[in-house]
Formats: sequence, structure tokens, C-alpha cells
Amino acid sequence: MTRPGGLSTLAEHKRRRIDELTARTAQAGGVSLIRDAGRRLLRNPTAIVGATIILLFLVIAIFAPLVAPHDPVQRFPELTQDLTVDHIPGPTAGHPLGSDPLGRDFASRMVYGARQTLFVGVLATMIGLLIGVLLGAIAGAVGGWVDVLIMRFTDVMLALPSLLLAITLVALARESTQWTVIMAVAIVNVPIFARLLRGSMLAQRESDHVLAARALGVKRRDVVTRHMLPNSLTAVIVQATLTFAVAILDAAALSFLGLGDPDINRAEWGLMLGVDGVRYFEVRPELAYFPALAIILVALGFTLLGESMREALDPKNRR
Amino acid sequence: MPLLDVRDLSVVFQQGGKPFTAVDGVSFTVEPGQAVGLVGESGCGKSVTSLAIMGLLPRRGNKVTGEVLFDDTDLLRLRPQDLRDRRGRDIGMIFQDPLSSLNPVIPLGLQVAEVLERHQGKKRQEALREARKLLDAVGIPDPTRRLKEFPHQLSGGMRQRALIAIALACKPRLLIADEPTTALDVTIQAQILTLLKELVDESGTALIMITHDLGVVAGLCDTVNVLYAGKVVERAARHELFAAARHPYTHGLLQSVPRLDAGRGGRLHQIRGSVNDNIPWPDGCAFAPRCDRVIDACIGETVPLEPTFRGGALRCTNPVPQEVPA
Repeated sequence: MTRPGGLSTLAEHKRRRIDELTARTAQAGGVSLIRDAGRRLLRNPTAIVGATIILLFLVIAIFAPLVAPHDPVQRFPELTQDLTVDHIPGPTAGHPLGSDPLGRDFASRMVYGARQTLFVGVLATMIGLLIGVLLGAIAGAVGGWVDVLIMRFTDVMLALPSLLLAITLVALARESTQWTVIMAVAIVNVPIFARLLRGSMLAQRESDHVLAARALGVKRRDVVTRHMLPNSLTAVIVQATLTFAVAILDAAALSFLGLGDPDINRAEWGLMLGVDGVRYFEVRPELAYFPALAIILVALGFTLLGESMREALDPKNRR
Repeated sequence: MPLLDVRDLSVVFQQGGKPFTAVDGVSFTVEPGQAVGLVGESGCGKSVTSLAIMGLLPRRGNKVTGEVLFDDTDLLRLRPQDLRDRRGRDIGMIFQDPLSSLNPVIPLGLQVAEVLERHQGKKRQEALREARKLLDAVGIPDPTRRLKEFPHQLSGGMRQRALIAIALACKPRLLIADEPTTALDVTIQAQILTLLKELVDESGTALIMITHDLGVVAGLCDTVNVLYAGKVVERAARHELFAAARHPYTHGLLQSVPRLDAGRGGRLHQIRGSVNDNIPWPDGCAFAPRCDRVIDACIGETVPLEPTFRGGALRCTNPVPQEVPA
């Protein structure tokens, strides 16, 4: 169906353009909020530093097989031959960071450690976030005795020091695997997200735009999911970034205390620091220094990014 | 038959100590297409009345009695889900602060579209096209671009226009405007009022205008209800009220408006005290402690709201005498 040129085509073109634009708006949702914040993040040096650190470790974690000089679990004869309780070989040409106490390539173990550590941190944070957000949203939206019940539950959890609680949880699980560590750290972080969400929901329940939405006859479920939750999202993203740093530290602490995965082949910074690093500190302190430094760097990266995201996503700063 | 018939509406807040009666037996009617003003100073129960009509008061801590008949259906006795179906479709509402009444994280287009999707079952695309038309109709320039923008990117006047577009999206038969111009500049106020008047006249929507600004009433309303301490103290047609206010409170309000033709140096009239003053007598007139015309009969017994011969109503034992035309 072709039309003669001139005005009608122009009108047609214009109409199609409008449709296109409205279609894009439909998908936009919160995207341009994120884009807006992203633009401000790029102008913030703190954010750049934080993001660079995280990105660096992410690349190392993802491309571990390419980055690492060797297999992280393989024991090398050239390292094991002069390995004693009082002597662990230092850097050589083939092994830039020397050996670990079992004659494995320490550099490769550090590289693979990034993978393990980030994996545990991401998963623990995400699981904690999901459960916490769900509980907090329910508490804030429903109110009444449901709210009281959930909040007392979080109170009890917050009353115990987080690490102690994590240790208790791992102990309850009886056997210690990587998953018990992840779950323990996740559960410890649940009350933080639950409280955050509940507070945000309560504040919004009284807000004008929620009243306005109700005045339009928007269904209760939609008021919660469309009008209240998206407004809490920025706070959750920021909290997740900050929690991430804590989760990595908690997971490392559990490993350090010997409550982590008992698999001796597993390369994880907390484990490396806590077992080899401590035991052989006088022989080769680098076994403690490097994992500790790596943990601190990653945590720092997430903290820097989290703090600058808190600034960037604050709706009051938006222009 | 009136479109809205509010009968003996009372709202009592019971939080903590003793109950507080915010709205005390308010009755008024709104005919189809009519513009009715609810006037009074802060704290006299204007906003609570409108929230009670909409069923938007918090579920806990208050007691609403009386009847709110909309099309012969008592809104106060509707199931919550049925009331929700009517809100936004049959009755629209505009709030005072246009910035905080819009959701800060949702693009404007979706906020307008939402109400269309909700009540007219439109699909997203169709609703957005309709939203564009609505924004255009309320005089927002470049509506296609504005659809994608967030509330903070708009000016105050544009935000209020957007709220009006949302409130009128489903062509409700009644629009409740709660101080729609208070947060705006004077020039923008005038624009918004003109727009409201046009839209209301055009669509035949009835309007309840809640305001403390008598200028707004003068420009817009057919009938005016003056509220004091949760009670209607005077009801009159617009020109009756402005020509000859009978209640000392209404009279005082009119006198309190600065006038250009009053001459310089003259002292502006003021009403003593504030509406929050405790009333030492439970039955008598609530305005008596601040009234210049108070007599003994004001404080002894309940003062009833009595019809006036001009079709209005008055709650006063010692009204301002009418000026006899010379």
C-alpha cells in the first residue's frame, strides 16, 4: 500500500515516529533513572576508582583460566622438592608468587580465589536481598501483626553479632560446604534488607503520590508493586553494594575460622588467609598478605562504589 | 437529583487520648456540572471531608459516619474494591502539591497511562497515545517528549497540568480539587484555574473546589460552603456570598482580603485567634471566642444550620445585618 508523496507521507511518518517514541517510553520504565544516575557516577572519581577495582577483579575471576599461569590444584615437582615445614619456595621464573604450603602455584590460586570469593559474595548478597526485600515489603505493605512478627524476627537476628550468628548457622547445618557458608552469610544479611524495605514502605504509605495513586483507584497490589517498590529500589541497590563488601568479609571470616568448605583443593581467599596464611606466617608471610590484601581491595571497591551510588541515586540530587 | 449528596458526614479521629471531631455533621449537595466551593482556614476540616468522600482516610484510628450518596450509592458503605473501581473513573481528585503527588521514579506518560489501563482496560500502547492527547489537551507543550520525562524535569505549572490530565483522563463526573493552586505562582494559578474552568465547562464535570482562597471561589464556584471547625456555617450562591455575607466568620474572611481600592495606610482586618482555640462551651458556636458579634445566646445552646430565604443556609444567632440598598 503506497501512498502518493507529499503531506500524507509526512503525516504518516510523523505518526509512526510518535508511535515509535511512545513504544520506547513504555519500555523506559525506570531505565532512564538508572541512566541518569550512571551519568552522574561517571563524573565521580570515587565511583570510577571503586568500579575499576571491581571490574578488574571481575575480569580476573571470569577469565581465571587465561590469567592464571598454572592449574591451581596441581602440585609442581620443582616446588615440592625443597618444600619443608620451615621453607616454602619463593618466586621463581615459572611461579611469580612462589609456592603454597602444598607445592601448588600460589599466583594461580590467588587468581582462582577471585572467582570463588566473588561467587560467594554475589550469591550470599543476592539471596539475602531477595528474602529480605520480600519480608520487608510484606511487613510494610500489610502491617498489623504480620509486621510485628517479621520485625521481632529481625530484631532477634540483629541482637546477635552477625559473625556469631553466621557461625551458629553453619554449626546448625552440621556439615560445612560452600553452600552452608553462602546461606549463612545470606541469612545474616536478611534483616538489613527487611528493615530497609519496611521503613521505605512505611514512609511511602503516607506519601502524597501513594495517596494520589489510591485516589485514582489503582489496585492495592499495583500500588505496592508499581508505586512503592520502585521507589525503594535505589536504596536497595546501594545497600546491596555495601552488603557485598560485608558478605565477602563474613565469608572470608568463616573460612578463616575453619568453618568454610573443607575441600583442600578449593582456592578461596578467606581459606588461604585463615589456614595457610596463619599457619605459615613466620615462614612466608606473603601467604597471608596477598589474600588479605585482595579481600580488602574488593571490599574497598564495593564500598566506594556503594557510597557514590548512594549519592548518585538520591532522587533529591537529580537534575 | 444531585450527583453527590453528602448527608450528615462526621469524621472522628481516635488516636491516643480523647477523640477529636474533625468533621461534624457536614451536609451539602453537588448537582451535575455544578462547581461547589468548600472554603475555610487551615484545620477546619476541608481536606478531611474530601478524603472521607473518596474513602481515602486511614483505615485505623478514625470513625466516619453519615452518608455520601453518589448517584444514589452510598460510597461509605461500598466494598473497598467497588469503591476503588469508582475512584479515578467516576470521581477524580487533584491534590495540593503537584510534585509530591506524582511518583518520582515513573515517567509522566506511564502515570497518565496507568489510570486509562486501570479503568478503561486499554493496552499500554493505546493508553500512551491517549495520554499524549490528554497532555496536549491540558496545554503541556511538546507532549510526546514530556511522556518520557520524570516529574522533577517539569515545571510546577506543568506538573499540576499533568495531574489535571490524570484526574480527568477517564472523564469523571465529579472532580475534587483540594487546594489545586496553593503551591503555585500567582501567574500559574490563574492559568490553572482558567484551564480547570474550561475543562469542567466543556466536559460537564461537576467540581468540588476546596480552598482557603476566596479569589479562587469568586472565579470558579457556583455555590459556596463555608466551613468552620468541621461544621458548615454558611452556604450561599457565589454572588450572594460576596455581596452580603451573613456569618461573622465569612464576613471576616472577606474583610481579611487586601483590597487595592481600600487606600494606603488602612489597617487590614484580621480575625482574632486561630481555629485551634479550645472551645470552652461544648454546645454553643465554635466561632464565638473569636467573634465580634458574640451574644449570650451564642454560647448556651447548639446553633442550628437554618435555611435562608435566598436558598442558602446559615448557622448563626446574631448574623451580620444585611445592607439595605439605599
